[in-house]
Amino acid sequence: MNILVCVKQVPDTEEIKIDPITGSLIREGVAAILNPLDACALEAAVRLKEAYGGKVTVLSMGPPQAKEALKQCVAVGADEAVLITDRAFKDADTLATSYALSMTAKQLGEFDVIVCGKHTLDGETGQVGPQIAEHMDWSQVTHVMDMKVEEGKLVAVREMEDGREVVEATLPCVASVTKASYTPRYPTIKSKLAAGKKEILTLSADEIKNLDKERIGMSGSRTKVAKSFSAPTGQAGMVIQEETGEATGRKLARILHEAKLV
Amino acid sequence: MAIILTEEQKELKALIKEFMENEVIPYAQEYDERGEFPEEILKKAHEMGLGCMNIEEEFGGSGLDNETMAVLIEEMAYGEAGVSTSLTVSGLAYECVRDFGSQEQKKLIAEAIVAGKYVSFALTEADAGSNAGAARCSYALDGDEYVINGSKAFITNASYADYHLVFATKDPALGVRGLSAFIVANDTPGVSRGKKENKMGLRLSNTSDLHFDNVRVSKDMLVGKEGLGFKMAMTSLDVGRILIGAAATGIAQRALDESVKYAKQRSPFGQPIATHQAVQFIIADMAIEIEAARLLTKNAAILKDKGMRISKEAAIAKSFSSDVAMKATTDAVQILGGYGYSKEYPVEKLMRDAKVYQIFEGTNQIQRIVISGAVLKE
Repeated sequence: MNILVCVKQVPDTEEIKIDPITGSLIREGVAAILNPLDACALEAAVRLKEAYGGKVTVLSMGPPQAKEALKQCVAVGADEAVLITDRAFKDADTLATSYALSMTAKQLGEFDVIVCGKHTLDGETGQVGPQIAEHMDWSQVTHVMDMKVEEGKLVAVREMEDGREVVEATLPCVASVTKASYTPRYPTIKSKLAAGKKEILTLSADEIKNLDKERIGMSGSRTKVAKSFSAPTGQAGMVIQEETGEATGRKLARILHEAKLV
Repeated sequence: MAIILTEEQKELKALIKEFMENEVIPYAQEYDERGEFPEEILKKAHEMGLGCMNIEEEFGGSGLDNETMAVLIEEMAYGEAGVSTSLTVSGLAYECVRDFGSQEQKKLIAEAIVAGKYVSFALTEADAGSNAGAARCSYALDGDEYVINGSKAFITNASYADYHLVFATKDPALGVRGLSAFIVANDTPGVSRGKKENKMGLRLSNTSDLHFDNVRVSKDMLVGKEGLGFKMAMTSLDVGRILIGAAATGIAQRALDESVKYAKQRSPFGQPIATHQAVQFIIADMAIEIEAARLLTKNAAILKDKGMRISKEAAIAKSFSSDVAMKATTDAVQILGGYGYSKEYPVEKLMRDAKVYQIFEGTNQIQRIVISGAVLKE
C-alpha cells in the first residue's frame, strides 16, 4: 500500500496565548510540536504498512522549522517526508491548505490511502482531511478508530458519540483518525538517530505542478479571521481519593492549606 | 545544565525524558513499595533499544559511545534508578565478552541482549565482595567441558537472566590469578536461582543469588583465556563505574530539582523557604557538586571512548558522584522536612536508592584504593 499522511506542526496549546491587539496567536517562545492527532494518523498508517506492506510518506505545509515535526515522523515509521514551504502559502485557510496538499499529493505519486488526524490543536476545524478528499474526488471516512483492507476496500470502524459504526470505502480514500486506538509508538534510539540524518524533500509553490497560485495562501482563502480572543477557561477539577475517608480528608485539608484557602 | 551536548545527545535525552515521565515515574512508587521488577515497563524500554545501548549496530544494537550513554543513563536514573540499573547491567557483561571473547560469543550475547533478554554479571560472592580474588565458586576441566560448582551473591537481574557471565576459580589458593569467566545459559542443568534480596532501595531492580551444582559448559564458553578473569572483570567494571557515576548524578539532580520545587512553594513564615539563606546555601552546594560529578563522569567517558586507560578516572567519577548523590538526597529530605520523610514525596526513595551507589561495583573505599594506587604510581 502506498500511504500518505498529512501532518502539521502546531504550537503546544497548553501555552497558547492570543495577542489582544492584533488578535493573532503569539507563537514566540511557544514550543512547536507535531499535532497529536497527526501522530495518531501516522501510527495508523504505519500499522497499515506493517499489515499489508508498502510505504508511508508524510507531507506537511509550513515554515522550514516544520522539518522537525517531519523528522519526528520518520523516527516512528515514515519512509519519506515532504515539506511544502513558501511565503506564497502564508495565511492559508483550510480550503487553500487542502488544495495545496492535494496538488502535492497528486505530484508525489499514486496513493491508496491518505490519512489525516481528525483535527489540529490550533485551528480545530477538522476540515482539511474531508476537503482533501473532495479535491482528490475520493471517498472519505472520518472519525476512524480502526481500519483494515478487505477485498480491495477499506473497512473502517468509526467512533460515534453513541457507539461505533463500521463502514466500507472504495480505494483510494481519505481517512481521518481519532486517538482512541492509535497511541503513537516511541521511536527507538536507532530510528531517532537515523531520522536526524534523513533528507527531507522540500518543495516551493513553483515546484508543484499545475498549482493555481490564486488558490493558495491568502488569495486562495475564503475565510478571513475577523477576531480572535482568549475565552475565560474554567479550571480543571481534581479528584482526591485515598485508601480511607480519613486519609482523603487529610490530603484535601493539606492541599487547601498549602493553597492558602483555609 | 551547563554542559555541551551534541544535537543527537539532546534529542536522545529528550526521548528518554519523555519515556521516563510517561511510562515510569507515575508507577515508580507502587513498584517500589512492592519491591517488584517492572517487566512490562522494561519490555517497552528494550523495544526502544535502551537495553542494548553499547552493542554495535552490526549486531542490532544502538551503537552508542560511552559519552552519549552517560548522558542517557543520567536521564534514566533521574526518572528511576532501578530501571536504569536493570537496563545497563547486561551491557556490562557484554563489555567483557566484546573485549575478550570470541566472535561467536560476542554474537551470542549481543543478539540475546538486543532481543530483550538479560545477561547477568556474576562476580560477587557472599564471602568475596571487595576481594574478588577470594572467590570460592570453582571450575575444573573434565574432558571437553568445564564443570562449575559454587554460588554467587547480590547478582543484578539474576532471576530474569537467560545467560550469566560467571567468574569462577581454578584454585582459591591462586587468588585473583585463578579466576576465569564463562558464559552459562540459565537453562543449563544444575543452575538455580536463589533467594531474591529484599533491598532498602533500588527496589525496581532484581538482585538474587545464583547456585551452580555440577554445571557443565562446553569449552568454547570460556571467555578469553584461563586465569584472566580478574583482569577482564576489572576492565569491564571501569566502564561500569562511569555509568554508575552517570546514574548517581541523575539521582542527585532529581534531588536538587525536587528541593528547588518544594523550597519555592513552602512558606512556613510567610515567605518561601527558598528565600532563606540557610536553604539557599544547601541548594548551592548541591548544584556545585552535581555539576562537578557530571563533568568527572563525562571526562572518564570521553577518555574511554578515545581508548585510554581509565581505571583512576572511572573510580573518581564513581566514588565522587555516588557520594554527591548520597549527600544531595539526604539534604533534599532535610529541605522537605516531614514531607521529605514521607513516602508521599519522592525524595525518601531517592535517598534509599542513592545509598547502594556508594557500595556496588566496588565500594567507595575500594575506589579510593584504586585511585591512590594509580596516583602513587604516577
